Amino acid sequence: MTAGLYIEYVIKSGIILIGMTLGFAYVTYYERKALARMQSRIGPNRAGPWGIIQPMADAVKLIFKQEMVPAKADKLLFLLAPVITVIPAMIITAVVPWGRSITLFGRQINLYLADVNVGILYLGAVASIAIYGIVLAGWSSNNKYALMGGLRSTAQMISYELALGLTFVSVTLLAGSMSLVDVVEAQGANGILGWIVWNLSQPLAFIIFLIAAMAETNRSPFDMPEAEQELTAGYHVEYSGMKFALFFMAEYIKIIAVSMIAATLFLGGYLGPYLDQFPILGPVYLFIKTMIMIFVFIWVRATFPRFRYDRLMAFGWKVLLPLALLNVFIAAVITVLVGG
Amino acid sequence: MFIVELGRGLWTVLRMMFDKPVTVQYPEVKRPVHSRFKGRHNLHRYDNGLEKCIGCALCAATCPSDAIFVEAAENTDEERYSPGERYAKTYEINMLRCIFCGYCEDACPTEAIVLGDNYELSFTDRRQAIYTKLMLINPVPEGGKPTPQKVTPGSFDRSIPVMENPKD
Repeated sequence: MTAGLYIEYVIKSGIILIGMTLGFAYVTYYERKALARMQSRIGPNRAGPWGIIQPMADAVKLIFKQEMVPAKADKLLFLLAPVITVIPAMIITAVVPWGRSITLFGRQINLYLADVNVGILYLGAVASIAIYGIVLAGWSSNNKYALMGGLRSTAQMISYELALGLTFVSVTLLAGSMSLVDVVEAQGANGILGWIVWNLSQPLAFIIFLIAAMAETNRSPFDMPEAEQELTAGYHVEYSGMKFALFFMAEYIKIIAVSMIAATLFLGGYLGPYLDQFPILGPVYLFIKTMIMIFVFIWVRATFPRFRYDRLMAFGWKVLLPLALLNVFIAAVITVLVGG
Repeated sequence: MFIVELGRGLWTVLRMMFDKPVTVQYPEVKRPVHSRFKGRHNLHRYDNGLEKCIGCALCAATCPSDAIFVEAAENTDEERYSPGERYAKTYEINMLRCIFCGYCEDACPTEAIVLGDNYELSFTDRRQAIYTKLMLINPVPEGGKPTPQKVTPGSFDRSIPVMENPKD
């Protein structure tokens, strides 16, 4: 490895970390605006033109808020929990490719941070770590509501992770590889027709992925862990100031990450017209597809009420998991017949 | 079917995105109040500039939250504030106590106190919540003279005017 390569990786990591943090700020803005329009409101429009610096104002407010640690809380875990939650959210997109490769300053630069050959496995593994943060936050707060929220989120995330993992399996079977770059290229191998066949050949995978992803990110209608009416705020009820902001950040970054993963696994990632002539279009296509996916998340949040907890578990185990298994079976049959 | 119902819900929400927002941008755009809206009180004057309030303190007596304080003083023909014998020297309404019921308006024999349409009553300390006569009284109308007025003796001996039936 040369020095140039190190610098390249540092810059790419910086882009992911800073991009995710800024992305978090503006996803909150995007959500508030879109949600407002869906409810016949206008949304934030006071801070700056069209409220464009509202996220900055929110950040400043949260930074200057008083930090409270409950007297009977487990101090170390209480301080550690937000960090454990936010770090996996930040690093999960490291394996998601943004494009093929471009030539910059005479260097061939691949537009992805890491092309791990077990990329899909990495996604599943890192997504699971975030549960620790939430359950530890619930436990260390020494508050019954926080504990209930933490327990619920653990149960919910573990249940839905199975269905999520099984959709990954079907994608892996069709692509014949766990590397996300290979998955994207497999979708584009036969042009737009190949991509349509790709999605038709696993009819349920995308829908199951969307539902399970909403449950994974604790989004409405699966926002059981933070059901305001029952648990006041769930696992982060005792958190304030920047520590609360970290949980908030983790939730929104996970939405970005999940949208990016959905775009990569099912919507063809960075692929799009004229990509061969202009490889720089790759990140643009990925951005557009991610935005559409985030919009779907906001749209669903604006529409559906929260599940009841027992129905949530019943739905996860009795409906989603068998369907995901069926989908893996279909994908396996297709792979055998067509030859993957 | 369940899936169809979910789809209908999603479609309704998406359709709402293209509706006009109902938000009123408040400090810039103010919606007009209804004709009988009960906002901040105004102390009215006659066309010649004399105050309608005669300091009878019936408003203070009827006020259920004891928000009004009236201190009356004698009128003279040299210094005349209102028709009749007396006028309100001090007239204070504590806006923290006032519940805007409008009983003062009903009790007033001269239609001097009327609840207006100003609802922007905000203050930052308790002292500012007490609205004095100067803040409540209407400006002198066109052609009238400011109080106190010097008038010819015997011209304003009747304190309660001939009342009309309410119009609205």
